[in-house]
Amino acid sequence: MKSTPSHVRKPETPLLAGLPGPWTAIAVALVLAIYPLIMSSLGEEFYISVGSRVLILALAASALNLALGYGGMISLGHAAFLGAGGYGVAILAKYGVIAAWVAIPAAVGLAAFAALVIGVISLRTRGVYFIMITLAFAQLFYYLAVSLPEFGGDDGLPLSSRSAIPGLSLESDLAFYYFVLFTAGLAFVLLYRLVASRFGRALVAIRENERRMAAIGYPVFRLKLMAFVLSGGLAGLAGALLANLSLGVTPHTLTWHQSGLLMVMVIIGGSGYFWGGITGAAIFLLLEETISTQTEHWNLILGVLLLFIVLVAPNGVMSLRERIIAARRPPSPAHAKAASEENAR
Amino acid sequence: MFYLIIEQALNGLQYGLMLFLLAAGLTLVFGIMDLINLAHGSLYMIGAFLAAAFYQAFQSFFPALLLAIIATALIGAILERVLYRRLQRMSHLSQVLATFALILIANETIKIIFGAQPLMIGMPASLSGPLELVSDELYYPAYRMLIIVVGLAVALGLHLLVNRTRIGMWMRAGASNPEMAAVMGVRIKPLFTFVFALGAALCALAGALLGPLLAVSVGMGESILIPAFEVIVIGGIGSMRGALVGSLLVGMIDTLGRLLLTVGLKLVVDSATAATLGPTLASMMVSVLMVCVLFFRPQGLFPARG
Repeated sequence: MKSTPSHVRKPETPLLAGLPGPWTAIAVALVLAIYPLIMSSLGEEFYISVGSRVLILALAASALNLALGYGGMISLGHAAFLGAGGYGVAILAKYGVIAAWVAIPAAVGLAAFAALVIGVISLRTRGVYFIMITLAFAQLFYYLAVSLPEFGGDDGLPLSSRSAIPGLSLESDLAFYYFVLFTAGLAFVLLYRLVASRFGRALVAIRENERRMAAIGYPVFRLKLMAFVLSGGLAGLAGALLANLSLGVTPHTLTWHQSGLLMVMVIIGGSGYFWGGITGAAIFLLLEETISTQTEHWNLILGVLLLFIVLVAPNGVMSLRERIIAARRPPSPAHAKAASEENAR
Repeated sequence: MFYLIIEQALNGLQYGLMLFLLAAGLTLVFGIMDLINLAHGSLYMIGAFLAAAFYQAFQSFFPALLLAIIATALIGAILERVLYRRLQRMSHLSQVLATFALILIANETIKIIFGAQPLMIGMPASLSGPLELVSDELYYPAYRMLIIVVGLAVALGLHLLVNRTRIGMWMRAGASNPEMAAVMGVRIKPLFTFVFALGAALCALAGALLGPLLAVSVGMGESILIPAFEVIVIGGIGSMRGALVGSLLVGMIDTLGRLLLTVGLKLVVDSATAATLGPTLASMMVSVLMVCVLFFRPQGLFPARG
């Protein structure tokens, strides 16, 4: 067994690496707010719902990033929470509850509860066992969704209409985009506050050295469980929005392939960087959108790309900025050597 | 009813032994190389497709089986040399992602070469009939019996290889402490290549043997990968004995559970619901078993390391 904690970056990583400055956040929010107006003036209505999709998966990937990147918990089962959120909304809608302020919190609660149950059991295990047990739980949810006729079996559950807000119709793509932007925006603010708080720093410290944090007296298990539940709940929010976007939910949302793709998004962007999940989801979906119109072998290209990223830039796109800054610095020989070794790894 | 249960138990044994062929490779690779290989199922798929291709070329089962095993072992050895050796030094997360990428690449490549249609492998004619186990009461397909026999033989062979030979001793040394083994003079790199090729060969054996029973199709690797992982986690990662016990448990629960649950559910709900609910509940029971085992023994039933 390797002696170093295997899933983490170098220990000298500053705790607040990759936290956004306020101006970046404001600029991003402005661009996202103007984006659908530009698209609709260009007559490209289709890209508005693409934008909603990017935002939703950015939220899902950021939720996973909280557990994976900040907490060092390699969960290969986050599709379960995405699905729990989606099925939560769809089942409530089936029984006539479509008010957004009931359905969406209920869906988030369901996902968070699932994360609590899974977390309590899974967090007792380490390393590979944790990866496998989260995967097994997600499979459990998948089989449950496929087998119960009340959940629509293989076909999933359709949603007859989007969740309702009094005085505002979400049926148009534009209105729904702004609803997603508002909800996801709140979630991102929450995530930022979490990551920048004492809790977030303790979480990163646990990732770096769990034993030492336990020795100092931090309740390691409880903090990890909290992070896992929050991560699951936010993924559930993304799932609820996703079901609203595609007007239905299918068991496909729960497959381990989906969990893998979420992980891929986090890694493309950079795990443990605040913008990692968002950048990763955006890059992933835009690549998928452009490449799959050119060729049907998108998965082959994705595979090669992913292999390349893992072998060459394992810390993702967001780490490139630090690398470029490091490369510009007047090179001391030792420094340059360390950097080239880092590249070679 | 009694004979039905016996027949299903034999089916469970057969499924469990095939799972063992995959799980043995997985657990060896993990135990010795400390490497999570999600693409293990892809080697199984590649083995099955190669067997199907060789079968179409020669119209004969056993040569196709043999060639597929050799070819897949070669592919495994090359993969180990080119890729896995680099991955071995990286984090578990990188290994998960890289082998996930390999799955995507393997599936798409197979789709490009062989098309999306499933292929068939014909059974050897001499084994296509049933075997009479109890006269007039219990018949069992001879081919499935062959699979059981081969599976048992491989299990015995692996046991002898790991516990009675010099290579096996190196493998156990490498599993318990690779650095120490290397210091003590075990040539660890060729050993890794050997272990990986062995795992790939076992995958191909399972894939080719199951070819005549299942359709050889692109998604087949993933559908057996998850149970195989559950097996090694239940058994304890790195432990050969754990892999055997785990696969038989999973095979039995999946097959017998399917029968007994369906029969049991018919007493409670109508038979149509029972017929759909039974098999899925059986698949869930395997995951539930894994969760229970990990809850009480987080290292699996037979932990390989202290």
